Amino acid sequence: MFGGGGDSGYKKLSTVNRRMFIMTAAKLVIFGGIITRLFSLQINENKKYLTLSDKNRLREWRLPPVRGDFEDFFGNKIASNLKVYQLHVVPEQVEDFRYLMIRLRDILDIDSKTFKKILKKRSQQKSWETLIISENLSWDQFAKINFYLHELSGAKPVLSVARNYPYDEKFTHLLGYVAQASERDLTENEVIKKSHVPGLRVGKIGLEKTYENQLIGSNGIQRYEVNAYGKRINQIDFVEGKKGTNIKLTVDTEIQAQCNELLKDKAGSICVMDIYTGELIAMHSSPSFDPNLFLYGISHDNWNEILNNPKKPLINRSIQGLYPPGSTIKPIVALSALENDVISTKFKVNCTGKTEMYGQTYHCWKDTGHGIVNLRDALKVSCDTFFYEMSRRLGVDRLNLTAKKFGLGEKVFNGTYIEEKEGLIPSTQWKKNALGRGWVLGETLITGIGQGYMQTTPLQLCLMTAQLANGGFKIKPKIIYDKKSDSYEKIKAEMEKNRIDLLSDFQQDDALVDFSSEKKKRDTDLYKPLYRNQENVKFVLEAMFASTNEVRGTSYSSRISDKKYQFAGKTGTSQVKKITEIQRELDLDISQIPYEERDHALFVAFGPYVNPRYALSVFVEHGGAGSSAAAPLAKKLFKTIIDRHEEREKIREKSLMEI
Amino acid sequence: MFKETALSGQTTFFQKLRSLDYILLACILILGVISSLAMYATDGGELLYHTKSHVLRFIIFFVMMFVLSFLNIRFWHATGYLFYIIVLGLLIWASLYGITASGSQRWVDLYFINLQPSELMKIAIIVCFAKFYHRAQINQINNFKNLLVPMMILILPILLVVSQPDLGTSILIALSGIIVLWLAGINLKYFIYSGLFLLISMPFVIAFLKPYQKLRILTFFNPDKDPLGAGYQIIQSKIAIGSGGLTGKGFLKGTQGYLEFLPEKHTDFIFTLFSEEHGFIGSLALLFIYGVIIYRVIDIGKNARSFFGKLFCFGFASSIFVFITVNMSMVLGLLPIVGSPLPIMSYGGSSMLATMIGFSIVMSTKIYQKQLIA
Repeated sequence: MFGGGGDSGYKKLSTVNRRMFIMTAAKLVIFGGIITRLFSLQINENKKYLTLSDKNRLREWRLPPVRGDFEDFFGNKIASNLKVYQLHVVPEQVEDFRYLMIRLRDILDIDSKTFKKILKKRSQQKSWETLIISENLSWDQFAKINFYLHELSGAKPVLSVARNYPYDEKFTHLLGYVAQASERDLTENEVIKKSHVPGLRVGKIGLEKTYENQLIGSNGIQRYEVNAYGKRINQIDFVEGKKGTNIKLTVDTEIQAQCNELLKDKAGSICVMDIYTGELIAMHSSPSFDPNLFLYGISHDNWNEILNNPKKPLINRSIQGLYPPGSTIKPIVALSALENDVISTKFKVNCTGKTEMYGQTYHCWKDTGHGIVNLRDALKVSCDTFFYEMSRRLGVDRLNLTAKKFGLGEKVFNGTYIEEKEGLIPSTQWKKNALGRGWVLGETLITGIGQGYMQTTPLQLCLMTAQLANGGFKIKPKIIYDKKSDSYEKIKAEMEKNRIDLLSDFQQDDALVDFSSEKKKRDTDLYKPLYRNQENVKFVLEAMFASTNEVRGTSYSSRISDKKYQFAGKTGTSQVKKITEIQRELDLDISQIPYEERDHALFVAFGPYVNPRYALSVFVEHGGAGSSAAAPLAKKLFKTIIDRHEEREKIREKSLMEI
Repeated sequence: MFKETALSGQTTFFQKLRSLDYILLACILILGVISSLAMYATDGGELLYHTKSHVLRFIIFFVMMFVLSFLNIRFWHATGYLFYIIVLGLLIWASLYGITASGSQRWVDLYFINLQPSELMKIAIIVCFAKFYHRAQINQINNFKNLLVPMMILILPILLVVSQPDLGTSILIALSGIIVLWLAGINLKYFIYSGLFLLISMPFVIAFLKPYQKLRILTFFNPDKDPLGAGYQIIQSKIAIGSGGLTGKGFLKGTQGYLEFLPEKHTDFIFTLFSEEHGFIGSLALLFIYGVIIYRVIDIGKNARSFFGKLFCFGFASSIFVFITVNMSMVLGLLPIVGSPLPIMSYGGSSMLATMIGFSIVMSTKIYQKQLIA
């Protein structure tokens, strides 16, 4: 009956049943294998694949960090942030890049030069890198873009923040400026690299660069779920970035603005400092430029204008400009001579207008001579002949020590400004090392009137004056405000405690500031006396008072007789070029000399004379005589400085209460 | 009374209805529901084209299977060769006038449905062999003539399907056929000989493979070599399954699926999506359902009195097992990617039609299990 019947049928059945049994066994084994594989993927390696799956679906977008603000002592924002609208395109995500670009050109009305620049930038970067079409869309443009957005697939209007310097050119050198991070910025600074997003602005110079890591802030992060084609499906997470630290400075915007005004159309610098706290009240270098120009990539014309300006706006003259200090060094020369007992205050020299030494003729600035002068008179009328004789007796090496003690020839802000220059206070050892030649005695004479090798920055002269004016104590200059730093009262008391009337010779080494070792880098000498005999400092300050407030004093015409504003100062007129005999004969008026050959005008001062609090230095490059070009600026400035003092103290009290 | 009629094969409709295999029917229904939900998930949780079309097909084909189950097993035996010849004709038609999609000419336009005859061939070959061996004497099975004819029956459709080209389906047809041949009692040595022959001829076969097929095989051995190209499917599939974990990401929450990282998620990779959303436990449950189905089919075969029915059930059970295994191994990265749907679960009308015809023959075997065929 079975297809074939009997035995054969039975055998056929048993074969098929047996083979089916084997088959079933094999099936169970294979199912077991599949279950094992499932187990290994889903249970054993679950974590790994979960991570991979999240990596697939989650994309992070880093938002540009918001930079910390700078504010002045009174809380005015001097560098802050503005909201700006930008237009970004990622070429990789655009279907038809050329079409999009042409559409954008028409909508935004981009001129052909800029358009070419964008296309060039596109060809220089990778297709997945964000191309910034516009850094700063006007509201009109932004609205237009959003209107057409549906047909501009790939174009991304982005709300971003941009640096803003509301005081334009007034703080440029003091703050520095930001510009688009370069390849070098990224490799040099890990922090920048970590928070970099396309179009990030970082500090290029000044405080903006030095305090980059505090200012930069942290990125906000938007986490999106994306599909396989990279399209954002929904936002999973938003972590708000932390704004960078706000930095409060010690400067006064009003005084800074006045410095800018005073130096208008001139090249030069003004620095103002608190002689006890070391706080910088103002520091301006002229000519300046608008740092806002650098935010969106400075235009070629603007850049050329800055670059080709003969007065060199890019230099921060206050700390980068090295000039012979001229007669402004004389208080230090006088102090050094007194401290080393080279002369007494009664020492007299007869000035005939010139003097012969070492076979050379050395001229006093006054051809007719000053007659018989003592040290006080010599400072008051700035008699060069007296200083030639005094320096000859003092020697350059002892002068070098005193000058360095008071802050010349070394950086005032060690590290705060990378661009700061050291300057040079010569010594016999220095000349041997640097020039390989021995010191010539005649060089001592011109060093004594602040010429020759000697080079200082305007800020160093300001610090020097401050440390003289406070009675001869070491202070620490600063530009970043710190609530916790010592108060005026505390510093004053500290100085009073450290005051020495007269050191005996054998005590001298221990008590005096030790400049021979690395010790000077530390603050251990802070508020310690820089002098040996306090009377010497008092004498020099009194002579400076005479120079401004007594008839025949070099800055007499700039005096203020009101005791509240009365100040004492020292003029300086430093030569750029050696004056030849012919020129001396001609005695040309300043306007008849070519600009580059005109003298620099300098003035250092402190005030008010009774209980002084502030010191300043004025420098006018190729400005002519210090008495006529620099001192009058100080007169105008002192009124403001003293008037602002009360305001400043009020703020200080308030901020101390807040602690 | 019942016994008598049962013996004579004359049963009432009510009795036939009672002798249906309800466990099997339930499992198929459950699979239908699961697959519809999975399809709904691939559509991103919306009632879109794929879901609607899948549900509709399932309902139509399930009803069709139910109705066809009442056909006498003799009908299937009688039309065994005819069925094969019709499908073979459709295959030839497909290779001449077929519809080409994604580089392969697989479909024939039957106006109401675009049919893929190669899918039907997976079943037709079993029916055809079951009929052939129903007659054959055990001692004549290994005769030259009795070896040559099945060889021709097997090779003809394979050649047609390979030329479409559709490597995956042709392999599955070959496996279905070979399993039935082996179950029928063909001497093991012939399988070994042909296996050796295949191995030797492999280099020549590879020379004839299309570049994309070669790439797929190479990719299988090293998917990380080209993670965004040919290896993409395997890597993404493994990520989806692996990230599912023990309990899965939850229904409609499979991120790999709805974010479109999964390729061909409606068809070959439906298990990947299911496994991502329902995890190891869900996958085990699905495997269990398939296991029960296969067990029921084998059991029905065991109790069948006709050799035709028995061999068909055994062959069909084994084929389904092979389809499941190949599909799952593929998405689990155990086998190269070859087109092979997961029975019932995958989107695709022809595959579902073929599977349902298979089930109706199994049901018919169950209803007429006492029936003898001359």
